[in-house]
This record gives sequence, C-alpha cells and structure tokens, in this order.
Amino acid sequence: MTVSTAKAPARNAYLAGMRDGWPYIFMVVPFSILFGVVAIDAGLSLAQTIGFTVLVIAGAAQFAALQLMVENAAVPLVLLAALAVNLRMAMYSASLVPYLGAAPLWQRALVAYLNFDQTYMASVTRYEDRPEMSVQQRFLYFMGVATPIAPVWYAMTLVGAYAGAAIPDAWALDFVLPITFLAMVAPMLKSLAHVAAAVVSIAVALSLHWLPSGAGLLVAAFCAMSTGAVVETLMERRQ
Amino acid sequence: MSYSDATIWGIIGCLAIGTFLIRFSFLGLIGDRPMPPIVLRLLRFTPVAVLPGMVAPLVLWPAATGGEPDPVRLIAAFAALAAGFWTRNVVWGIVGGATALYAGLGLTALL
Repeated sequence: MTVSTAKAPARNAYLAGMRDGWPYIFMVVPFSILFGVVAIDAGLSLAQTIGFTVLVIAGAAQFAALQLMVENAAVPLVLLAALAVNLRMAMYSASLVPYLGAAPLWQRALVAYLNFDQTYMASVTRYEDRPEMSVQQRFLYFMGVATPIAPVWYAMTLVGAYAGAAIPDAWALDFVLPITFLAMVAPMLKSLAHVAAAVVSIAVALSLHWLPSGAGLLVAAFCAMSTGAVVETLMERRQ
Repeated sequence: MSYSDATIWGIIGCLAIGTFLIRFSFLGLIGDRPMPPIVLRLLRFTPVAVLPGMVAPLVLWPAATGGEPDPVRLIAAFAALAAGFWTRNVVWGIVGGATALYAGLGLTALL
C-alpha cells in the first residue's frame, strides 16, 4: 500500500487531533449547558443566547459579560471586561506564530476563530512533542481537536437554554471549570521553570484580585512568563 | 437586565469582532516572519502562566459558596492537580478531581 502515502500523514494528523480533542467534551458539556441556563435566566432570547455562543465562542468571557449585563453595567464596561478576560488569547495567538505562521491566511483566520483554551492547549502540547510536524499537519491537527468540541459547545448551549432551571445547584457545575483547567495544567509542570511560573501566576493573580476582572490576570501572566524564562535561562547556565 | 434587544445584539456583535481580532492578532499580522528568541522563550510559558492565575481565585473563593473557602472544593482541586501530575494525563486529572468533588459533596450531604 503506497498509494495514499502523501495523504496519510495529513489524515492521521486530523484524526490524532480528534482523538486528543474529545476528552475536553467533559469540560465543554457542563460549561455550555450552564451558559444556556444562565443566559436565558438573565433575560436573553434564544436567538441571542445561541448567537452569543456561536459568534463569540469564549466561555469565560461570555460568563463575564453576562454577569455585568445582569448588573445592568454600562455597555463599554461590559465590553471591556469581557475582552480583558479574552486578552490571554492574544498570548495564545502569539505563541502559535512559530508553528502556524506560514499557513495560508484563510487557515490562520479559521484557527483564530477556533483558538480557545482547549484547542490551544492540546495543539501546543502536540507541536512541542513533535517538532517534525509540517505546517499543514499542524493545521489539520488543530482542526481535528476543534471538530468534536465546537459543535458540542453550540448544541449543549441550546440544551441548557431549553433545560432552564431544571439542573439543581447540588451538581456543583460551577466547579467543573477549575477542575478541568487544573487537570490541563498539571501535566505541563515538567520543569522547575514551569512550576515557578505557575506559582508566580497564582500569587500575583490572588494579590491583584481586587482589580477589574481580567486585569490582574494579565499582570500575573506577564510576571509568570518572565519568571519561567528567567528560571529556565539560569538552569541552562548551571549545566 | 434593562437593555433593548438592539443593544444586546450590539454587545454580542462587538464581543464577536473584538474576540476574533484578539485571537487573530499575532497569528494574522506577523505570519511567518521570525520572532526574537527571547519572545519565543517567554511564549512557551503562556499556558502555565495564564491558567493557574485564572483558576486560583475560583478555587479559593468559589462563587457557589458566596466566596467562602470550601474544604470540598479545595480537596477536589488538589486531587485534580495531583492526578494530572502523576498520570501526565488530562482525563485522569479530571476524573480524579470530579471523583473527589462528588465524594466530598456526598459525604457533606450525609453528615
């Protein structure tokens, strides 16, 4: 079988992406149901709820915006808070440049639309593990990760919007997000530099928690990235 | 909520465009021009720099308990981190954290 050798690696990259993407459904399902429930509860129409989820496709920012809308905050404040929560994605965008920068513009635009925490984490981990991947394989892998996640995100928001208040608080759906993020971070703590970065991130984020939502996190992330880079440089010099 | 329908759609539209531009920013504009090594080194720490800081307040001061620290949630968070660290696997981390959370909530309900 030598017929499909040219296509096989590309297809394999896509399938590998799907395989690595499906576990994140555990995170996406409760989170998207919750958004549907909360949005309808807050007074959005069904169309607005679905429009929000499909067009913005950023869980944490959607919740932040909704929270401020419930409080009838001024519109610029709603926009600012939600976009600040999303600013971490500018860092994601930058960190994908070395891997996907050479892809065609339409592919980069598609990746940008689908660049959220789960697709980004899964893809960057894979790219780091396999430096030999071609740009095309990387793009297909990214699309593979997004394939099970994005449709489930849309559909479950709809389910949440219909299910409404039927979900009891006792399910503690609020804590699904922290657990999943921690489970994502833990395997990445593979060197002293990574651990140091994580510790600084926590310390600064907690001490700046009084800042408007999202602002403290940006400072924390920058301090943590600098810490990681410095510690890594020092470790290399010692060897 | 006291916004008009048009205002709500306006908010959604602005957030959609703004979020896309944030995500497209570097990837779209820089493309395949080389980036300085120091920038690359900083960027490799992006995930471990962002996620812990995002999660820490949610773990310490969960909204569901009115911002009061909750032993069950603290233990569940630790379990997720420990399971993910030892197995090096996201799914086992989630399973570990969820098991601890629901076991803890169940026990609290019984006591």
